[in-house]
Amino acid sequence: MTQQFSSFINIGERTNVTGSAKFKRLILDGDYEAALDVARQQVENGAQIIDINMDEAMLDSVQAMQIFLNLIASEPDISRVPIMIDSSKWEVIEAGLKCVQGKAIVNSISLKEGEALFLQQARLIKRYGAATVVMAFDETGQADTQQRKVEICQRSYQLLTQKVNFPPEDIIFDPNIFAVATGIEEHNNYAVDFIEATRVIRQTCPHVNVSGGLSNISFSFRGNNPVREAMHSVFLYHAIRAGMDMAIVNAGQLEVYDEIPSALREAVEDVILNKRDDATERLLDIAPQYQGDGKTAQKEDLSWREAPVNKRLEHALVKGITDYIIDDTEEARQQAEKPLHVIEGPLMDGMNVVGDLFGEGKMFLPQVVKSARVMKKAVAHLQPFIEAEKSSGTRSNGKILLATVKGDVHDIGKNIVGVVLQCNNFEVVDLGVMVSCETILHTAKAEDVDMIGLSGLITPSLDEMVHVAKEMQRQQFSLPLLIGGATTSKAHTAVKIEQNYNAPVVYVANASRAVGVCQKLLNQQSREKFAIELEHEYEKVRQQHARKQPRSRPVTLQEARENKCALDLGKLPDAPKELGVFPVTADIDTLRNYIDWTPFFLTWSLAGKYPRILNDEVVGEQAQLLFDDANAILDQLAQTAALKAKGVCGVFAAANIGDDIEIYADNKRNHVVGVAHHLRQQTLKPDYPNYCLADFVAPKSSGVEDYMGAFAVTAGIGEDELAKCYRDDGDDYNAIMVKAVADRLAEAFAEFLHERVRKEIWGYAADENLDNDALIREKYQGIRPAPGYAACPEHTEKQLIWDLLDAEKHTGMRLTDSYAMWPGASVSGWYFAHPQSRYFAVAKIQSDQVEDYAQRKQWDITTANKWLAPNINE
Amino acid sequence: MSEQKRHPLYAAAAERILILDGAMGTMIQQHKFEEKDYRGAEFESWHTDIKGNNDLLVLTQPEVIYAIHCEYLQAGADIIETNTFNATRIAMTDYDMQSVSKRINVEAARLAKQAAEEFTQKNPDKPRFVAGVLGPTNRTASISPDVNDPGKRNVTFDELVVAYEESCEGLIEGGADIILIETIFDTLNAKAAVFAVDSVFERLQVRLPVMISGTITDASGRTLSGQTAEAFYYSLRHVEPFSFGLNCALGPDLLRQYVDEIAQIATCPVSVHPNAGLPNEFGEYDLSPNDMAEQIKEWAESGLVNIVGGCCGTTPEHIAAMVKVTSGVMPRKIPELQVRMRLSGLEPFVH
Repeated sequence: MTQQFSSFINIGERTNVTGSAKFKRLILDGDYEAALDVARQQVENGAQIIDINMDEAMLDSVQAMQIFLNLIASEPDISRVPIMIDSSKWEVIEAGLKCVQGKAIVNSISLKEGEALFLQQARLIKRYGAATVVMAFDETGQADTQQRKVEICQRSYQLLTQKVNFPPEDIIFDPNIFAVATGIEEHNNYAVDFIEATRVIRQTCPHVNVSGGLSNISFSFRGNNPVREAMHSVFLYHAIRAGMDMAIVNAGQLEVYDEIPSALREAVEDVILNKRDDATERLLDIAPQYQGDGKTAQKEDLSWREAPVNKRLEHALVKGITDYIIDDTEEARQQAEKPLHVIEGPLMDGMNVVGDLFGEGKMFLPQVVKSARVMKKAVAHLQPFIEAEKSSGTRSNGKILLATVKGDVHDIGKNIVGVVLQCNNFEVVDLGVMVSCETILHTAKAEDVDMIGLSGLITPSLDEMVHVAKEMQRQQFSLPLLIGGATTSKAHTAVKIEQNYNAPVVYVANASRAVGVCQKLLNQQSREKFAIELEHEYEKVRQQHARKQPRSRPVTLQEARENKCALDLGKLPDAPKELGVFPVTADIDTLRNYIDWTPFFLTWSLAGKYPRILNDEVVGEQAQLLFDDANAILDQLAQTAALKAKGVCGVFAAANIGDDIEIYADNKRNHVVGVAHHLRQQTLKPDYPNYCLADFVAPKSSGVEDYMGAFAVTAGIGEDELAKCYRDDGDDYNAIMVKAVADRLAEAFAEFLHERVRKEIWGYAADENLDNDALIREKYQGIRPAPGYAACPEHTEKQLIWDLLDAEKHTGMRLTDSYAMWPGASVSGWYFAHPQSRYFAVAKIQSDQVEDYAQRKQWDITTANKWLAPNINE
Repeated sequence: MSEQKRHPLYAAAAERILILDGAMGTMIQQHKFEEKDYRGAEFESWHTDIKGNNDLLVLTQPEVIYAIHCEYLQAGADIIETNTFNATRIAMTDYDMQSVSKRINVEAARLAKQAAEEFTQKNPDKPRFVAGVLGPTNRTASISPDVNDPGKRNVTFDELVVAYEESCEGLIEGGADIILIETIFDTLNAKAAVFAVDSVFERLQVRLPVMISGTITDASGRTLSGQTAEAFYYSLRHVEPFSFGLNCALGPDLLRQYVDEIAQIATCPVSVHPNAGLPNEFGEYDLSPNDMAEQIKEWAESGLVNIVGGCCGTTPEHIAAMVKVTSGVMPRKIPELQVRMRLSGLEPFVH
């Protein structure tokens, strides 16, 4: 029996138009949004199943059931629980069954209309894959006495299990709960009848469940909620012991049996168990004493403010609430012996909770960053007191140097890692971006750090990381080296970096891994064990890499060229209205309409496609918060103009020679202003051409006039300053947010400008009419490949774009030594307009092409090997 | 039920791990068919492009489909799947070929049956079976196609039932031994399929074993429509499937934990036919026959599976490798489950 107490099921009753006036009004008004909130609250309040009933004369119940169930299907917070489809009309039930993917419960069928219909409905329910409530109701009416209840349920049981082969565990009997204490003597034993019938049914019909509509029992005390709730609790207390294992209840409103005032409980017990003839009168007498205890209005839940200060700090850290943090920190400081103890005690305890929740996947990255913001505010408040005491400073877990390597300006990921590490009480020395190897190693010594973390996004950064590793070996370092960033990989770390350095080199896949890795590395014992594990793992990766067959056979450069993409010269794009270079600007309000949000969420380690991610069951809530914050920043940026977007594009006469493209000063085509060098795919392509971007411009030998374009845009002018402002204010969350948003705006700018080029500036697709989704899916004619990416992977070609467009003068954008663009939130690339032009990946190339490319670029072979390394080593 | 359980398939499954065939699409691709090959003589002047309508090939290139079936049988498959993944009336709408749907199902089953019988005759000790495939269709009954209107649906349960009934009748008419509802990403679609299949069985007074196979779409461990593997099982258990399992979407490495989840609870044989790894950036599947078989072997030895095969990217070589590694390994022992009410929303609810 104990098992049955513990597994009693609460079925939510509020989403029932016959039982809730509020829900009925919402449905009649068509306010499904608010109706969904009612369902959600039920689940939040502990309903394990929700009952949905749309039986209302003024309503098209079939339609209302369908709409509501379809809407619920899109709400993972609600649809995680099973649904009980409640109607007295079979057509409504059947319509409901056609809308739920889970295994639901039908409420209800009965023998009311005879055996034939009962069996037919049961067969269908089985075919739809649902359990069912069976009412104690037969051809002669509803069962009221214990004996009738038992008889009807037993008969139903026999029919269902023997004639329909209905699984007995999927049968739920409802032996009818009727109102007691109505003043009518015949009603006095109704509760006892139900309880005793339940006992017999559970004993004689194996595996079945028993349920009931609880609120009926107290019907005569409408308006006196305390008494009603007491009646419900007392009734359940006894019915559950008899074997009732589920009930339709308002899950948020159940008085705890032991907390009912004893006088009331006694009076209620007399009524429910029909202990004395005057039980009703006695309850009526005392009932008014308990009335008036109306429910308090819903407001922001501030009950956590009443907890002790340490708990309040923990709550604020976990929830990321900054509103009270200064006051609470101050209170904690006054209680503490030393201000430092506040950090070492309650604040670190709170951050450990955050760390644990994050580790268990119960908190998401944006939440953790918000927690860090709270932590920083608290620490900032304590700092002056600590200084005043001249105490020796807090002992950290360890000291870590972080840097984005030379030539690379990307730092969002590195900053996130920094914040996560700080949350876990590591001391972080962040050298920023474009940090030379010398500075990194010099600082590492000077600051006596425990390990070094390198980050990078563009492919040349990989080589720089190899360089740093080699230097560390040469200078006899023994610090662990961590490798992270978008282009890095376990394979690259194992094959290229790790073998150059004799201390542990660890590839860290994402920010959430960083803490675990650092902790393992800092403890001497675990470090040795970890190093051995790593060594084995990398050896395996290296072997796999060595075994890896090329996906398809390489071909010679000549063979590849013979299989070039033959351009249909009959389909050349229209000639541009005007050739030349065109500076452009765009305001934030325009650009935000062009944002592709999906990568934004990825920046924050939330995977999923926008807009679906906003409703994702696991990360949806976080995604929505993040999305709102990003839009708030966008609103602010639009107003303050703290971030500026500038760009420039150009349209040129051009012609293809081999794998190069000649670009001319004007349409007379006698003055070459630049030559773009491209790479060709060099593996066997039985079904496709071996593509090269140069193929997409008409060959010079054809004599046909063709064109191409180039662009460079940034939305990052001011991003560093803004991010710094936030960071100085202790607000890493918004510092990262500004950069993440600027990145998206730059991509949006590229999308926006490409559209203008197609429709106006070049104008080859003046009639195009696409929405943002179609733009994101690149449904238009023409491409805009970016140097450094798959189709034109060699970075130095950006210099030509800069020269052709005079990009630095027009936009202030610059190229670094490694040809990374500054500011970070920048995009540049080529325009090809021919309908055959498409994106592809050059992938692995052979030495004949490396030599050919070196010759075309007038490089020596070492230089070519350096810049083409990613494609040579692939 | 007893009629179902007398089926020789049940005896075979009790003895050994059964082998399902591999990808049909991957094999068809190798033929590099062009528009005219798809059209054949009969559909020469069809009014839409039909290149890519692989299921139609049972009518226009029957000898090729037949040969693929034979390759898989030769490789050792016990069960081959009909080439009907997209043959429902609903999926055929893409080519405006609703009217051809039934015939494709009949012919596809007939072709497969012919191949299977040929091999059974050669070696009666290893009977071969044809699984008539009911695919997921390209629509979803419980997911809105429009993010701004979450209540909207592009197909109803009733439309799905009508389409699945027609396909199922065709498959039975063509001689299918089993009905396989596979690559389920929206459970409500599958519930409609199950409803249809059960209705057809009743109408035709037959009862074939039903195999159910869902798709876990990503590392979240859920179907596209959001259910966990266990919740998904409870949603479809009422058809009393011959087997229950997973296919497609993931390679064996990522799929293992979900197979394990189902292996713990399913009171019937467990089937798995994963992809040959995840597609690479060129959309190709890289996992070699031996590497894949290595993982399948581990599943078999861990007692997780009763039926294995391949989905996207797998070939007769993959299947032959699986036959080799599972031969002599005992099939998973079917657990006894306590009698409980097992409901589901997106998550399971056991009472």
